Amino acid sequence: MEVSTEYAVQMHGITKLFGSFCALDHVDLDVKKGSIHAVLGENGAGKSTLMNILYGLYQADSGEIYINGKKAEIKNPNTAIGHGIGMVHQHFMLVDNFTVTQNIILGNEVTGKFGIIDTKKAREEIIGIVKKYGLEVDPDAKIEDISVGMQQRVEILKALYRGADLLILDEPTAVLTPQEIEELIEIMRSLISGGKTIIIITHKLKEIKASSDVCTIIRRGHSIDTVPVADVDEEQLATMMVGHAVKLVVEKAPAKPGDVIFEIENLTVKNERGLEAVRNLSLKIRRGEILGIAGIDGNGQKELVEAITCLTRAQSGTIKINGVEIQNTTPRNVIDHKVSTIHEDRQRRGLVLPFTVAENAVIEKYRTPEFTRRGMIDRSRMTGFARRLIEDYDIRPAGCESQPVRGLSGGNQQKVIIAREISNEPELLIAVQPTRGLDVGAVEYVHKMLVRERDAGRAVLLISLELDEIMNVADTIGVIYAGSIVASFPQGKVDENTIGLLMAGGRLNETGSEST
Amino acid sequence: MKLAAKVLKKPIASTLIAVLFGFIVAAVVLVAAGYNPGQSFGALFHGIFAKPKYISNVIIKATPIILTGLSVAFAFQTGLFNIGAEGQYIAGAVAAVLVGVKLDLPPVLQIPVVVMAGVLGGTLFGWIVGYLKARFGIHEVITSIMLNWIGLYLSNFVVASGTYHMPNSTSTYPVNPSSYTMLLPNWKTSKAGMAALKPHQWLYEVMLKTDVNFGFLVAVLMAAIIWYLLYRSAKGYELRAVGFNRDAAEFAGINVNKNITDAMVIAGALAGLAGALAITGTAPHKISTLAAFENNGFNGLSVALIAGSSPIGCIFAGLLFGGLLYGGQSVQQDVGAPTEIINIMIGTIVFFVALTKIVPVLAEKLEKRGAGHVQ
Repeated sequence: MEVSTEYAVQMHGITKLFGSFCALDHVDLDVKKGSIHAVLGENGAGKSTLMNILYGLYQADSGEIYINGKKAEIKNPNTAIGHGIGMVHQHFMLVDNFTVTQNIILGNEVTGKFGIIDTKKAREEIIGIVKKYGLEVDPDAKIEDISVGMQQRVEILKALYRGADLLILDEPTAVLTPQEIEELIEIMRSLISGGKTIIIITHKLKEIKASSDVCTIIRRGHSIDTVPVADVDEEQLATMMVGHAVKLVVEKAPAKPGDVIFEIENLTVKNERGLEAVRNLSLKIRRGEILGIAGIDGNGQKELVEAITCLTRAQSGTIKINGVEIQNTTPRNVIDHKVSTIHEDRQRRGLVLPFTVAENAVIEKYRTPEFTRRGMIDRSRMTGFARRLIEDYDIRPAGCESQPVRGLSGGNQQKVIIAREISNEPELLIAVQPTRGLDVGAVEYVHKMLVRERDAGRAVLLISLELDEIMNVADTIGVIYAGSIVASFPQGKVDENTIGLLMAGGRLNETGSEST
Repeated sequence: MKLAAKVLKKPIASTLIAVLFGFIVAAVVLVAAGYNPGQSFGALFHGIFAKPKYISNVIIKATPIILTGLSVAFAFQTGLFNIGAEGQYIAGAVAAVLVGVKLDLPPVLQIPVVVMAGVLGGTLFGWIVGYLKARFGIHEVITSIMLNWIGLYLSNFVVASGTYHMPNSTSTYPVNPSSYTMLLPNWKTSKAGMAALKPHQWLYEVMLKTDVNFGFLVAVLMAAIIWYLLYRSAKGYELRAVGFNRDAAEFAGINVNKNITDAMVIAGALAGLAGALAITGTAPHKISTLAAFENNGFNGLSVALIAGSSPIGCIFAGLLFGGLLYGGQSVQQDVGAPTEIINIMIGTIVFFVALTKIVPVLAEKLEKRGAGHVQ
C-alpha cells in the first residue's frame, strides 16, 4: 500500500524473529486516521508483538513504520510517545495508593518554582480532557477505591495527557463487565469524533462487530486480510482467525438426564470478610445434565466452588454426591468422591507452573498404585500417561510431556487441566470460567468436551460470567444472585434479557419460572 | 556463536563463570592491597592440593557445610528459606555431646545412637519452625533466626553446666571415644598400625595427621538420598508441589501444612546430622563456649546458592567452599595477605552466582545477534 498522510500508522513488511521462531513474517498494517481499527488473532498469533513493535518495546528485524505518512524510527516507548502513540496495556500500570491525578502525571510532572509539582495545573488539564471525551473520572479518587473499568479510563487519560493521537488498546475488554464494555465502546466513539485514532487488539468477535470500522486478521505471524467490519459476520471473522470453519453455536443433542447425583441443600458460606456470600443455596444436578449458573461476578460463585471443593467451611447446609455428604471434609475427600474441578484460576489453583506437563497430569493421582510403588513414583508410567493425554486431547506442542507446563500457551494449559480432570472419570465435573482468556478455537474445544462428558453420563456444573456461554452450553440455566439461585430454566425456555434482569437482582412478573 | 550461547545457557556454565569472576575481582583487590595475585593464588592452590593432608583437610572442612548446604537446598526446593541451619547444626552438636559424654556403648551401638541424637536435635529445631509456620503462619525466617540464637545460648549453657563442663577449660568433656567416626581411630595410632602405614607415605600422612572420617561418605550418600527423595519419590513430588504452588497443591488434595512441617523436619535433620558428625568425626569431639556463630550453617546458605539448590551440586559447592576456607589460611601464612581477602573472594563468588540469572539472558542476546548475522 502507498504511503500517505491519510493514514495515522502504516507498518509495512514487519518481520520479527525470536531466536529461530518467526513471530511476525512481513506483516502489513495500515490504519486510517480517525478510525477504530481492530487487530484480530488467536493467542500467540503475533498481534501483541506487532503492537509492542509499534510502541517501541521491541525492534522489528525488518520492515518500515510510517506515522502520518512520514517514516519513523521507534526505538523505545519514549520515541513512540513523541510520535503521539499511546498504549493501554492489558495489565494496568498504576500506583494503587496514588490519586488519579498523581498517577496521570507520574513521570511527566509539571513543576513550578523549586521543583514543586504544580498539581493544580495538571488537575485542571485532566478535567479538561475528561470533559472533552466524557470519561467521567474523578481526578481526586484513589486508584484502590475505583473500579477496574475506571482504572482503565485512567490509563486512557494517561495516554491522552501525554498527547497521544493514536491509542493502542491491548485486550481492553478482558477485565470488564458487560456494562463497562458498552461504556468503553462509547468512549472509543467519542475519542474518534475528537480526532483520535484507535487500534484495538482483541480476540472477541462480538466487540469487533460492535466497535470497529476495519479489522486486520493475523494468523501465526502472517497478515491474512484487512476487511471493513460491516462487510463480514462473526463466523467469517472466526474462520479467518483460526484458519478453518468454526462453529460458534455449540452443537449438542438434547440432554437425557438420569438420576440426581449431586445435591446442595440450604448451603450458607461466609467469605473472607465474614459476610454471608452464599445464602441458603440449593441446587440439584442429574446424570447427563449440564447445569449452567449465570451471574455477575461476586454473587457467591467463588465461595460456592470453594465450599464444594472444601477449601472453605460451609456454615450450614449439606453437599451430597451420590448421597454421601462431603461438606467440610478435605479437598482429597472430595476428589476421592469423584468430583473433579476445572478451577477458574488455572495458574494459581490448576497447575504447578514449574512442574512438567507429566507431573501436572498426575497431581491428583500420583499416590495411586498406578503411579507409585513403595513410595517411589514410576516415572515411565507417569510420562506414558501424560503422553496419552497429550495425544487424546491434542495438547500442543506434541511431545511436551517433559516440558514445564509454564511454557505452554494458555489454551494448552487449560487443555492439560481438562484432560487431567476428565481422566479422573468424575461423577461430577465442575467447570468454572473454563474458557476465560481462550481464543475461539479453544473455546469451541472446551464446550465440545463438556458436552461429551455430559453424554458420557456425568453431571456437569458450569459456572461462568459469560452469559453467552451459559445460554449455549447449559441444559438447565440457573441464575445466582446475592448468594442464592434465584431462578432456573430449561435451555431454550428463556431469553438473555430475562436472565440478565435476574442477574442484576430483578424479579420475574410472569409465573413461567420454576424455582429450585 | 550458537554453540557458545548454548553452552552459556547451561546452569553449570554460569556457576563456573561466577567462580572465575570471583577470582578476577579478588585479584583486583589483592593488587590494590599491594599483594601479588599470582603468588597469592599460587599459595591458595598450594594450600589446597600440594599435600595429601591438605586435600584430606579440605574434605573434612567441606563435610559439615555440604550437609548444611543440603539442608538449605532441600528446604529451598520445597519453598522454604531455611536460614536456621546454623541453629540446627548447633542443636545437633549439643545433642550428640549430651548423649556421647554420658553413654559408653560398644562402637557399633554407640555411633548410631550418638549420631541419631544429633539428628534428633536438629530435627526438633526444624520441626518447631515448620510447625509454627504450618499452624500459625509464622514466617520461617523469623522463627529460625531466633532459634539460631536459642541454639547458641543452649550450647553455652550446656558447656557451663555442672556435669558436662570440663574443669579449667571453656568446653565440655569430649564424647567417649566409642563414638568416634574416624577411620580406624585406635588401630592407626597403635604400633602395628603405624608400622603398616609407614611404607605408604601419603596414606601415613593422611591417616595420622588428619581426622579422616566417614562423614564425607555420609554427606555424599545423603546428597544422593535427598536427590532421590525430591525427584523420584511420591513424598518429594508432594514437597515440591507445595513449594512451587501451595494453592494448586491444596486444591489437588495435598496436605499443605503437613508437607511444610515435614520439609522443615528433614532440613533440620540434615543440619543436625552435620553437627553430630562434626562432634564424632573431628577433634576436639566436644563443644566449646561460642562467642559468635561458627558459620557452619550460614556457609550452608552460600553452598546451596552456589549449587543452585541442586543436591548433587552441594557436594561440589561444599568442596569448593571448603577448599577456599582451608586454602585461604595458607595465603595468609605464605604471602601475608589477610584472610579477609579470601572472604572477599568467597563473597564475590556468591555475589556473582546470585547474579548468574543474567548469564542466560546474555546468552540469548548473543544468540539473537547470531541470528541477525545469518539474515
